[in-house]
Amino acid sequence: MSTVDVYLRPRGWLRTAVRSPKVLTGLGLLIFFVLLGVIGPMFVGNPSATGPDAYAHPSLQYPLGTTDTGQNVLAQLVDGTSVSLIVGFVAAAIATVIAVAIGLSSAFLGGVPDEILSTITNVFLVIPALPLVIVLAGYLHGASTLVISVVIAVTAWPWTARIMRAQTLSLRRRDYVQSARVAGESTTRIIWFEIVPNEIPLIFAQFLITVLYAILIQAGLAFLGVGSVTTWSWGTMLYWAQNAEALSFGAWWWFVPPGLCLALLGTGLALMNFGVDEIANPRLSSARAKRPSRRMKTKPASDRALTAPDVVVGA
Amino acid sequence: MAFLARRLGFYLITAWVAITVNFFIPRLMPGNPVDLVFDRVRHAISPAALHAFTIAFGIDNKQSLISQYFGYLDQILHGNLGISITFFPTPVSSVIRGGLPWTLFLVGVSTVLSFLFGTLLGMVAAVRRGTWVDALLPVTSFLSAMPYFWMGLLVLTVFAVNLGWFPLSGGYSPTVTPSFTWGFISSALDHAILPAATIVVSSIAGWLLGMRNVMMGTLGEDYVLLAEAKGLPQRRVTFTYAARNAILPNMAAFALSLGFIVSGALLTEVVFSYPGIGYLLFEAVENEDYPLMQGIFLMITLLVLLANLLADVMYAALDPRTREVA
Repeated sequence: MSTVDVYLRPRGWLRTAVRSPKVLTGLGLLIFFVLLGVIGPMFVGNPSATGPDAYAHPSLQYPLGTTDTGQNVLAQLVDGTSVSLIVGFVAAAIATVIAVAIGLSSAFLGGVPDEILSTITNVFLVIPALPLVIVLAGYLHGASTLVISVVIAVTAWPWTARIMRAQTLSLRRRDYVQSARVAGESTTRIIWFEIVPNEIPLIFAQFLITVLYAILIQAGLAFLGVGSVTTWSWGTMLYWAQNAEALSFGAWWWFVPPGLCLALLGTGLALMNFGVDEIANPRLSSARAKRPSRRMKTKPASDRALTAPDVVVGA
Repeated sequence: MAFLARRLGFYLITAWVAITVNFFIPRLMPGNPVDLVFDRVRHAISPAALHAFTIAFGIDNKQSLISQYFGYLDQILHGNLGISITFFPTPVSSVIRGGLPWTLFLVGVSTVLSFLFGTLLGMVAAVRRGTWVDALLPVTSFLSAMPYFWMGLLVLTVFAVNLGWFPLSGGYSPTVTPSFTWGFISSALDHAILPAATIVVSSIAGWLLGMRNVMMGTLGEDYVLLAEAKGLPQRRVTFTYAARNAILPNMAAFALSLGFIVSGALLTEVVFSYPGIGYLLFEAVENEDYPLMQGIFLMITLLVLLANLLADVMYAALDPRTREVA
């Protein structure tokens, strides 16, 4: 089974991953936005500078038009890229570390500590994140990008923690871990050398989804005006566009680009997540599952039963 | 029954955690933003309300933390969430009660619709995998990566500003008064269509992908193969054998992601100036109305817990294993 192959060769999955078109497309989108955020600001002017042309349509001078105060929309868009990326990756990194720590300890400690950690995880899973983040960030006046990242991380870890616990419990029962235990390997060594390396594709897939989650939450916060409304981000642009009633003025060039960037970056992350997920869980792959239902209608199922690996007809 | 009792216990614990978090947030935050807000209203507040306010935010430091905490629990149990600053001197509970029906209607209807359509499309995507239907996957992930509120802005631009088919904002036309008359109901429905459609389109991808993935698994199970081998009609194999078993994990996921959908719906309300809790939350943020903000957080959490409990009841009805005596 290829599942086993992937799990037994920790570095194999990475090689498989970069051959997947989904991962490559997603990676391309991500690299594009990273470059835009890092070197883009050198090529555009000051995003906060006002100008005489209010609500100018997109033109050669202003490729994405201007705002109600004549600010250059393209400059804001490029300048705001890095905030989304930083919040996304910092929050997801913190959340993933918390999640892995809690998931692993929950699975390995067992008994009462497991009960307590699982309950905490489930409690934070049900509590709606956005209102909690709004309350927290609302008290931290004009919170900086890093503070916002930490606040988002506080609500972003439970899902991954739950998955990590389930996966660790399942791996613990595998033969190779059992034999490592019989061979006298210490628990620490089993965790770090037998279990964690085999969970890396899963952790990576979860990390990507958490980045997407954090980016969307940050955009929502900025759109509501929580945190600093003068730090340029895609969410802040939407906040000002909404405040200036850009919609009624038909200034689509103001609010369409930031949302489109969010959606494209999000799609990139989601595609990478699907790609990695399909490697960790080959059943999900549509390419492998070429078993069209049309055939099932016309032909009796008997030929399939013969080719299906572990089915004994009539057993 | 044991299953439901255990879930109920868990939700009670969660509600207690949410209330406790709510109690500690204003006390652990740096600076004293609440004092500043408090000074704005101190002169115009009744002694009873003043008492409630000091308990809720710990301004009165003469009491010990423990007695403050029990005083706070007592207030919450009596439905007292303090006084709103934005709508001073209306109590937070009345403000929330005004917005609640709108949110319940909008979010309730659109979440159920999105779950039903998404699950159905997910079944189709699983059965027809390997065909052009797979092209839906990148499209749906693009849709799900869009922020709800941005989708709302686009929908408004096209259908309200450019085409003029639907009203631009609000929950009902200013020419009608809320009542059980056809004029009001039709106006309310007219105003709800765009925000509801936004929530459905933004959240449908999650159900679609979830159902597709689980159903791919059940389609590979031996019992499905056996059903096919018996020569049962395709429709029956799909719905009664594969889908029925796949729907359970999707239901469980449905309950867990309610919080995320509700969050998105709150932001959608802001875009449409829909008079629900989300819009109140926006006003609370703008006015640094901490009592209202915290009241809304608590209220939303309790509602999500209640919805989860309902989902559990449905789950128990669908899955006979939960009815076994543990």
